[in-house]
Amino acid sequence: MTRQSILYRTLLILGLVLVALIYLVPTFVTDLPAFWKNYLPSQRIHLGLDLQGGTHLVLTVDLNKAVENVLDRDIDDLKREAAAAKVPIETAARKEMQIELSLGASTDRNQFTDFVKEHFPNLTIQNSSTQDGKATFQLGLNKREEKRLREFALEQSLETIRNRIDQFGVSEPIIQREGDQDIVIQLPGIQDPQRAKDLIGRTALLEFKLLSEIADADSYTTGDKPLPPGTQILNGAEVDTSSGSARGHRPKYLVQSQTLMTGDTIADALVRPATQMEGPYVALEFNARGAKQFDDLTGRSVGKRLAIVLDNTVYSAPVIRERISGGRASITGNFDIKEARDLAIVLRAGALPAPVHVAEERTVGPSLGQDSIRQGLRSFIVGGSLVVVFMLIYYKFAGFLADMALTLNVLFLMAAFAAFQATLTLPGIAGIVLTIGMAVDANVLINERIREELRLGKTARAAIEAGYQRALPAILDTNTNTLLAGAILFQFGTGPVRGFAVTLCIGVITSVFTAVVGTRVVYDYLLTYRRLQTVSV
Amino acid sequence: MELIKPGTNFDFIRFRWIALGISWALIAIGIFSLILRGGPNYGIDFSGGVMVHLRFPQVQSLNQIRQALSSVQLGDATIQDFGTGGTEFLVRLPVTSSETQGITDTLTRALEQEFGKDHFEVLRVELVGPRVGQELRQRAMLAVLFSTLLMGSYIWFRFEFRFGVGAAVALVHDVLIAVGALSLFNYEIDLTVVAALLTVVGFSVHDTVIVCDRIRENMRKGGRRDTMGTIINRSINETLSRTVLTTGTAILVVLSLFVLGGNVIRGFAFTLLIGFIIGTYSSIYIASPIVLWMERSPARR
Repeated sequence: MTRQSILYRTLLILGLVLVALIYLVPTFVTDLPAFWKNYLPSQRIHLGLDLQGGTHLVLTVDLNKAVENVLDRDIDDLKREAAAAKVPIETAARKEMQIELSLGASTDRNQFTDFVKEHFPNLTIQNSSTQDGKATFQLGLNKREEKRLREFALEQSLETIRNRIDQFGVSEPIIQREGDQDIVIQLPGIQDPQRAKDLIGRTALLEFKLLSEIADADSYTTGDKPLPPGTQILNGAEVDTSSGSARGHRPKYLVQSQTLMTGDTIADALVRPATQMEGPYVALEFNARGAKQFDDLTGRSVGKRLAIVLDNTVYSAPVIRERISGGRASITGNFDIKEARDLAIVLRAGALPAPVHVAEERTVGPSLGQDSIRQGLRSFIVGGSLVVVFMLIYYKFAGFLADMALTLNVLFLMAAFAAFQATLTLPGIAGIVLTIGMAVDANVLINERIREELRLGKTARAAIEAGYQRALPAILDTNTNTLLAGAILFQFGTGPVRGFAVTLCIGVITSVFTAVVGTRVVYDYLLTYRRLQTVSV
Repeated sequence: MELIKPGTNFDFIRFRWIALGISWALIAIGIFSLILRGGPNYGIDFSGGVMVHLRFPQVQSLNQIRQALSSVQLGDATIQDFGTGGTEFLVRLPVTSSETQGITDTLTRALEQEFGKDHFEVLRVELVGPRVGQELRQRAMLAVLFSTLLMGSYIWFRFEFRFGVGAAVALVHDVLIAVGALSLFNYEIDLTVVAALLTVVGFSVHDTVIVCDRIRENMRKGGRRDTMGTIINRSINETLSRTVLTTGTAILVVLSLFVLGGNVIRGFAFTLLIGFIIGTYSSIYIASPIVLWMERSPARR
């Protein structure tokens, strides 16, 4: 072994140790000097949600609903334009994701086919038949249109949710789409997960509708009389949340089904503080188009009651006293200041194009995270010490070398976490503990081989050389295998399990390096410079 | 210090039939337990549902919590003491539809009414919808299957076909016994347990590789004089010291995880503990005899 090679390897190891220490400083030192922040790495080890607390959400966007909404709108348009084009449509209704439609008795079906082609290129006629002399059709969105719509709805949901979370104020959230209908959201360290979930998951579709003017409206909302055509019953918001007994009482409103205006023209929404007369409310400001719409709407309906409907709940239904120009409106209700603030956020960020459902939630409170870190650390210290002491007793000096390799291994492993910004999770900590137990394997293999060679009567130098050389294939094979297992784990796992896989893989690489290269250089030094005659193993 | 004296020559191969009997017995016990309990005890990750982990500053009884929850209609809630003597509990609810929004909210409100807002703490909420649960279950099974095949192929590629078969059979054996043990001791199978199973697969192959590596080396050295049985026996004995040591240190750290690591990863640590022991045993008594049997089978001669 040339002296130069020993020097180079020693320098390599020392260099790596230095780099590792530099990467670890930000994690353990809170106040970094300015020069450090400018020139040296300042990322800390990133803790997973299970350690720092937080919420992991997977939301499924109900994209079928987005398609249905478009079809509902198309039905209205179809009827209107068909009337204009003198194509008599007798009935038209949506059934799941199709429009079922029948024509008047004497209508030419070709006329209708041409009409659809010309006026509704987004629809295709999927089926047609004749019943009692009437032509009936089933229409659906054509494939390309539907695909585009789904894609658009998912992207828009993502954008809207991102807006809401930004305005809610969470540090370092992760919001991304997964597959073709899910959105994954990670909110580290949040205090009130339920509130965040309500804020994110709310559709926030704001609609303005007129209350039905039928004289005996009450008889419809209380009994189950068939509703007059063109109307629907909507629940009001809960009345008076302060007195416990009234909780759950919700007034009902009979409103006209037609939506006169939606919230998509809102330019801004602000919380107004409570006054003596009423609680906090949300002031809306429309954009130019919205202001015009609202002006028309109120002008046409002076004296009528306007229902302000959010997600099918009537918040208030004030009487329109006069035409409202200038594009301002307000939503009152029984909010506390938090609710008003959240309402303003969702109105500003806009409505979700389709409802979302929580497909998966994992919330870890901050105290459990602390517990996990403490327990993980304790098992790391105890397990690690046991191994270190055991190796020392069993292999003496060679055991000491293995322990040094182990220490370097943990150092490199932690530094790799900081450097690659991998996420440390509770199973990840378990992985580190496990790595300690398994990393000694390489040194055990080497030491056992050295012992065998010594028993054959070889000199120290020959035994060490043969020991390393003959143990190497087994070390490489076993660790390649663990890497494979780790890769599969990473592929299969999510969140914390991925953290475990990452630890396992990094640990394999660092342990092979420290066990094979790190300990060898010490032996080489001793053999070359100290004329080592006997091996303590 | 030496635990296994050099020159140890224990006739492992002689006891292979007894070992086979023990293996079958262990597998049978596991399967029996699985049948008795009506299938694997899947955690929230795989069965879907809601799990809320609560902590109280004072000791509470299961009944008090059951009472608190009875005021709200939440379906069949199961409440379980989380092994801390009455201060931590797991409340589980099935999720039947995709309408999951309000469940945890309703639950915490009911508890607030009974105990007061600051008199308990929600440590953890896990909610897995039916679709996600099914997906995760599928992925977990594929991962275990795929890793077994991949490990077997790797050994085949690095050594010989029969070594690969031996390793793969040993892996299936290990996973079966570990799953059986989980059922027997009533641990839930969740994501971390599957991660542990995959680690066990890795560890078990690890051991098999060491033994196979030695068998190959001794086959080259031994030439024609020795029977395969002798070579295998010698190889196992020569690597025995290493086997005992590595398994020993691994079990040492896993034990410390099991005892000190906390309840959240107890199932994970348990799986590793059982798996490491079985994995070591199987490289000696399952993988190696298979190599021997395939040597003797006339089709391969």
